[in-house]
Amino acid sequence: MAGAVKRKITGDSHRQSRRGTEESPIVKWVLISVAMAFCVVFLLLPLANVFAQALQLGVSAYFKALIDPNSWSAIRLTLIVSAISVPLNVIFGVCAAWAIAKFNFRGKSLLITLIDLPFSVSPVVAGLMFVVLFGMNGFFGHWLQDHPVHLFGKVYEIKIIFAIPGIVLATTFVTFPFVARELIPVMQATGTEQEQAALTLGASGWTTFWHVTLPSVKWGLIYGIILCNARAMGEFGAVSVVSGGIVGRTETMPLRVQSLWQGGSTESEAAAFAVASLLAVLALVTLGLKTFLEWQQERDFERAQQAPATTQEERRFPSPEDFR
Amino acid sequence: MATRKFNALPGFGLTMGVTAFFLTVMVLIPFAGLVIRACGLDWHDFWQLATNKRAMEAYRLTFGASFVAAIANVVFGTLLAWVLVRYEFPGRRFIDAMVDFPFALPTAVAGLTLANLFVGNGWLGRFLVPLGINVAFTPLGIVVALTFVGMPFVVRTLQPVLEHLEREVEEAAATLGAGRLRTFVTVIGPTLLPSMLTGFALAFARAIGEYGSVVFISSNKRGDEIAPLLIMNRLESYDYTGAIALAVVLLVFSFILLAIINVLEQWASHFQS
Repeated sequence: MAGAVKRKITGDSHRQSRRGTEESPIVKWVLISVAMAFCVVFLLLPLANVFAQALQLGVSAYFKALIDPNSWSAIRLTLIVSAISVPLNVIFGVCAAWAIAKFNFRGKSLLITLIDLPFSVSPVVAGLMFVVLFGMNGFFGHWLQDHPVHLFGKVYEIKIIFAIPGIVLATTFVTFPFVARELIPVMQATGTEQEQAALTLGASGWTTFWHVTLPSVKWGLIYGIILCNARAMGEFGAVSVVSGGIVGRTETMPLRVQSLWQGGSTESEAAAFAVASLLAVLALVTLGLKTFLEWQQERDFERAQQAPATTQEERRFPSPEDFR
Repeated sequence: MATRKFNALPGFGLTMGVTAFFLTVMVLIPFAGLVIRACGLDWHDFWQLATNKRAMEAYRLTFGASFVAAIANVVFGTLLAWVLVRYEFPGRRFIDAMVDFPFALPTAVAGLTLANLFVGNGWLGRFLVPLGINVAFTPLGIVVALTFVGMPFVVRTLQPVLEHLEREVEEAAATLGAGRLRTFVTVIGPTLLPSMLTGFALAFARAIGEYGSVVFISSNKRGDEIAPLLIMNRLESYDYTGAIALAVVLLVFSFILLAIINVLEQWASHFQS
């Protein structure tokens, strides 16, 4: 964290003189203990419990639960949905960040507010919006039913609600701001001088983006992608509104967890935890990568500090909204 | 940043076009659809659907539980941020990284494991249930789940503020004879207050819309029905207008909170830099 860096630079000389501004050891350790107790109950126990419950019937039962055809199809569907919705968000995020960070135009702050909008909507309400558009009583529901697609001599009815397209739409909606909001501050911080220089030297716009802009914002982009992916794979509320939960067909992993848990038996509860354990691993990998990327940015920041000639924007703290 | 006039960078038209297209298709049209449907409702019907007894019970539970959870987050989040910034202890960096865990963990998994922890034979339930403290499938469980999902907000809002707090001010207070508690309440506290309120509002806003973790730990019966669940139940019984009416009420509250958060963040930024 940047704070740790800062302490290294400014803090050590003050060590000796801190007696008046430090709590007594007893108070200090009581505070640490209470905080750690809270962390154990709210972070570590829930995490450990996922794996303990998943393995309660043994390792072979664990793997049997995962290769169950319905769970397997849920895993596949989750991968498909995130494979569609994350790239869509990357295209949108890069375009939005380029337009917002590199140009001035009227209505910019309105545009940023609109991009952030999906974060302030309850997932269930987000799902409902797509039901209103594409459901049977929705705006386009009847039109879609009356206009099937003729392809290779067969007739396909386009279903969006209670089908995969609806799940993709709902997932893309709830993950919409992730990449853009990570990239905008990073692109703004790098300014436009380097790109202008590249263009003056005769590089095309695309070359400039690929060789000048992209390398300087790559950590921010990867950061946005992993957060977006974590949310895309784990989304529950919005997806459960539009999915219909047809076992083996429109169940994503989080929905599979719910239907197994509602199964009631010990086996099906253990199976619910087995599927949940994969999502918990995803969360841990996401956290690990996130910490690694912050460490990378911190290293870049330290390097910039050592080279006094370059002026560097102060490193951005991870915002509390990064993960929403 | 260069102004538009002197900006030689290409691609504004293309990127702006793509942005506007995605924004319209993914966000504006779905929003418009909901608003148009809501406007199509008769005002009297809308009011009836949005404020009938069952809906009022759902609001009371949603806002009540979210409020209690946000308060718990302010108390423990402030403590945790303070401990993480001010003290060195083994495992500090690990805990610091783990604070974001509730954001990274899918809400369904959070609800599943929390419910299981607090049932009669769960790791915590086996101690709490004999004492008469029932968490799983009660409103208390809803508070626990909402505290979990909102936990990182206060910590992450306060951490940078605490990092940038000037030690000299505390030293001045100490030389003037103030004890640590008095310094905290009268010197540090007022500086932290805007950020604490921001964190509170963020956690509260998140809790109001939360669905995934709550359905696992709540009994989901009539009295334990949060507003998003009631939307879900109305949809399942094909009561679309009822669902839309509730959704509009939740949206209005979200937007009011969003406006309040913006004001708070501006206020908090006066205290930094």
